[in-house]
Amino acid sequence: MKKVHPAVVSAQAFQVADLRPVERLFDDAEGKDRRDKALSRYPEKKGALLPMLAYAQERNGWISPENMEEIAEALDLTPAYVRSVATFYTMYAKRPVGKYWIQVCTCISCHVNRGEEVFEAFLEHTGTRAGEVSEDGKWTVIEAECLGACGFATAVQVNDQYFENVTPETVPEVLAKLEKGGSEE
Amino acid sequence: MGYPHSHELEVGTILSRHFGDPEARDLKTWLTYGGYEGLKKALDMDPAEITTVVKDSGLRGRGGAGFPTGLKWTFMPQEKKGPHYLCCNADESEPGAFKDREILRWVPHLLIEGCLIAARAIHAEHAYIYVRGEYFPFTNILNDAVVQAYEAGYIGEKILGSEWNCDLTVHIGAGAYIAGEETGLMSSLSGGRAEPKIKPPFPAQSGVFGSPTTVNNVETLAAVPMIVVNGSDWYRQWGTEKSPGTKLWCCSGNLVRPGNYELELGVSLKDVIYEVCGGAPNGKRIKAVIPGGSSTAMLTPDELDVPSTYEGLQEAGSSLGTASPIVLDEDVNIVQAMRRIADFYAHESCGQCVQCREGTSWVAQILKRIEVGEGRLSDLDTLYDLCEQLTGRTICVLADSVVFPLRSSLDKFRGEYEALIGGRA
Repeated sequence: MKKVHPAVVSAQAFQVADLRPVERLFDDAEGKDRRDKALSRYPEKKGALLPMLAYAQERNGWISPENMEEIAEALDLTPAYVRSVATFYTMYAKRPVGKYWIQVCTCISCHVNRGEEVFEAFLEHTGTRAGEVSEDGKWTVIEAECLGACGFATAVQVNDQYFENVTPETVPEVLAKLEKGGSEE
Repeated sequence: MGYPHSHELEVGTILSRHFGDPEARDLKTWLTYGGYEGLKKALDMDPAEITTVVKDSGLRGRGGAGFPTGLKWTFMPQEKKGPHYLCCNADESEPGAFKDREILRWVPHLLIEGCLIAARAIHAEHAYIYVRGEYFPFTNILNDAVVQAYEAGYIGEKILGSEWNCDLTVHIGAGAYIAGEETGLMSSLSGGRAEPKIKPPFPAQSGVFGSPTTVNNVETLAAVPMIVVNGSDWYRQWGTEKSPGTKLWCCSGNLVRPGNYELELGVSLKDVIYEVCGGAPNGKRIKAVIPGGSSTAMLTPDELDVPSTYEGLQEAGSSLGTASPIVLDEDVNIVQAMRRIADFYAHESCGQCVQCREGTSWVAQILKRIEVGEGRLSDLDTLYDLCEQLTGRTICVLADSVVFPLRSSLDKFRGEYEALIGGRA
């Protein structure tokens, strides 16, 4: 079981799915611990909703309707309410995505630093269309709005990592690094 | 010292001195750098005294609006009837802004200390740091620092042997720009969609979980510890009477040396762009600068010689915002750049207000039509009309945010629009 300090309710890097079956969230000790610690940090149960949605994604790679129901029950909310919140936020995957979820920033500062070309290069090198999961389950490439790394354009986020100053020419290097399990820093 | 570049014009004293130094993240090292001295001093001070020092320093909110920080703290009830909360807004997501991430990344303890001092000043027993979801690596750095600070007794019960208790929780968002708006942030923190709320009630009356709340930006709170240690006059040695202190600049777009720089407020915007950042690469001419993040009015190169203060940029017809100039060189198609900005706001509209939900999308669609050569001259009138319809009619200022760059681009670069339209009526 991962040891988590009570102050840390929801910042574990999420792992994106290998399209494995969805695990239930709160049946085991780890899930119960994460739930109870999150609940202890907010004066209302509802406050723990975002941390629990993030936990579902961390655990299963996406947030399934079953997980939303579990969260609703744990926090005394309706599944419909949980869904209404989950669908508001773009980072919550409401369906399974590739093992590497590649988000290419094409907002203004990246746009003037070839962001769209970087995006096209990722699509080309992964052989996917925007938003779809590649056949081997590895890649999903989407355009993202500002990632907050404007001075390091073009910025690309892959799961929990940032890749910065990416150009269309360095896209194959980024993909190779990911395949080797390496990181930017 | 800035990151990744530095420049002799930088002050670099308050926020950015340890940028680029991974050792600064560790509590032991941080203490040798004078860490938590401000908290120690604050624990010996009356909360009202802390507020007075910050008020006298003239520190203004660094999230874009520039509201005086100390004054904001005085809005909190002096007599406690229930819990008070401090929210640190680290949901940095204005296109062009990337300063808070550098504070989280390099000097997490500085932010924690700032949060604790502010929490003490406003009688809060719990501080939440709301970090945007994308900032995983920086959130993890912050989390490590929070755990260290808890274990060493800087956060929690009886802080440093005093009678004062304060908890701190790092809360992460999930990719919603509007969670950076203070009422949107509070909606999100309490487990909802990040929908802004009409004021009043103001956060200091009824904020997160219905309790009195103060929301401050990361950079604002990070400036607090050294103000408390050194006093308000010390802080006022930089900047101007109305805009004292230093500011982290985030310079991006077509620049030789993009990045973060801690500069005195009042430095000429022209010097920031040309001296500090080296102007546009490859000897290109600069066409436009969006000085304060994407929601501010564009300036042309001959409008840049203005003091970069909250008032200075307002007089120049724009805004200091988050001090995040986005530089567009001569090769940039203004209509396309404006469409990119409009796409952002259309995507990030929370959808509560019809004007914003529909209007931002209309702007984006019309701009796209012009961009691909299918625009009409009447589209320009429609865009001006939308500028009117999107101003001051919604719960929050997201709709207004697209108007500032849009109107300025229409006023100042009309020729580019007309060239793409080619005379179609």
